[in-house]
Amino acid sequence: MTLQQFMNEAISPWMREDGPDSDIVLSSRIRLARNFAKYSFPILADEDDLDHISTFIRKEYENQSFQSYKSFSFIPIQDLTPVERRVLVEKHLISPHLAEQGHSSAVLISENEQVSIMVNEEDHLRLQLYFPGFQLTEALGKVFELDDWLEEKVNYAFDEKRGYLTGCPTNVGTGMRASVMMHLPALAWTQQVNRMIPAINQLGLVVRGIYGEGSEATGNIFQISNQITLGKSEEDIVEDLQSVARQLVEHERRARSRIMEQSSKRLEDRIYRSYGILSYSRIIESKEAATCLSDVRLGIDLGIIENVSRSILNELMVLTQPGFLQQYAQKSLTPNERDVLRASLIRERIQLEN
Amino acid sequence: MECQECHKRPATLHFTQVINGDKTEVYVCEVCAKEKGYMTYPEEGYSLHHLLSGLFSPPFETQQNTPRKQTKELQCPKCEMTLSKFKQVGKFGCSQCYQTFEEYLDPIFRRVHSGNTAHHGKIPARKGGDLRIKKEVDAYREELQRLIKNEAFEEAATIRDKIKELEKKLGGDEG
Repeated sequence: MTLQQFMNEAISPWMREDGPDSDIVLSSRIRLARNFAKYSFPILADEDDLDHISTFIRKEYENQSFQSYKSFSFIPIQDLTPVERRVLVEKHLISPHLAEQGHSSAVLISENEQVSIMVNEEDHLRLQLYFPGFQLTEALGKVFELDDWLEEKVNYAFDEKRGYLTGCPTNVGTGMRASVMMHLPALAWTQQVNRMIPAINQLGLVVRGIYGEGSEATGNIFQISNQITLGKSEEDIVEDLQSVARQLVEHERRARSRIMEQSSKRLEDRIYRSYGILSYSRIIESKEAATCLSDVRLGIDLGIIENVSRSILNELMVLTQPGFLQQYAQKSLTPNERDVLRASLIRERIQLEN
Repeated sequence: MECQECHKRPATLHFTQVINGDKTEVYVCEVCAKEKGYMTYPEEGYSLHHLLSGLFSPPFETQQNTPRKQTKELQCPKCEMTLSKFKQVGKFGCSQCYQTFEEYLDPIFRRVHSGNTAHHGKIPARKGGDLRIKKEVDAYREELQRLIKNEAFEEAATIRDKIKELEKKLGGDEG
């Protein structure tokens, strides 16, 4: 397989589109947790009940379309190899938790991979919808329609007082987790992010790394999401998140222009060094790759590096993950082999630009 | 002043809670403050699991003032989740668990969701039909009050008709 072909498969079609503020906000996501009223939640349900749910979802929704989200494919997790599971996690289409499940767990994915519905994760259903760039309100509107569409056939567990009932007390109420993925290199360099995180936490929002809970913010990519799901409406939660993210966008822009004014040579040097490493290195660890990619992407955004497409960061951040590398190699690789392949894949990708 | 929760001990703590813009003042004793989740503790490490299982304060069973003997452990009739297991894993077994463990939930939710215990968001379109209408009626009633206050009687009459119509729908569904 050529790199071009592999990339086409690796990058979700929706990621190719440019959204608003996409120089800083890479993507917006809304996730809803829903359960069937009739069955126990996955941690306690017996295998028969879980089978029922997954058979029902397959029967009703496989190959169906919802609005512009065409032909859902239904993928049982147990049919996937460990590498294939990992690839879906790296593409953010399933959670690490779902990847570990066996029988009767599955995922329903729309053709453009904007919608994914996890079946029998911690809850019976987890609906996810992605939008490129900063489009939380749009994503919320759309995911509500998707939710209503599913509800035509599913009797949800819902309580007048507590709202949508979920397995974990942290999700009850709206069952909603809204998040934005942001690239904040200038705020990270100037150490401002660390000072902002406590303030953001006080507003009921959480800051995490690119791969969710417990993951580090590699490549200066931060995920910001709501913590509270009970007591506030979805619209209010999204509005709060949006206003915080909006402020971060402005702070980041200001920090970028300040660095440009005060230490542009130093910045230029750093960006070109990183560009050099990516262009010529023969062995590269994922952390170093992420740091360099962040630098290069900033260079592109600031007009320092020309003739390289912006999508390189989004693409290579995913492509250079262990799962993808092994899928590309079509075999399992040791960490050392991965570092070699990572370096060669990055070099090849950069050459595609010239 | 006596504690608003137990009505026994004197209230030694005063909290101001802002939930959905409504300010409420709470006067409670220290024991109830801890138990009912008014007090939030500084970081106790970052494991969510620890946090959750730590949410159940032990005094529930050991409190001497209320000698409530529990001969049989509370258990969910649907999924058979027991109270002690629920405390241990910090997760619900099924939707029925919310009713089974109802009396223990407010303190947990208060801590996890910054003082909130009730849902204020989306309602299922099909299932929540009645509930949606009720909320709509409530909104119209408020509007009606405002119109009457402003002596906009003509508009008030239209709103009143709308309320009547919606209430008819409600009655129909119940009957």
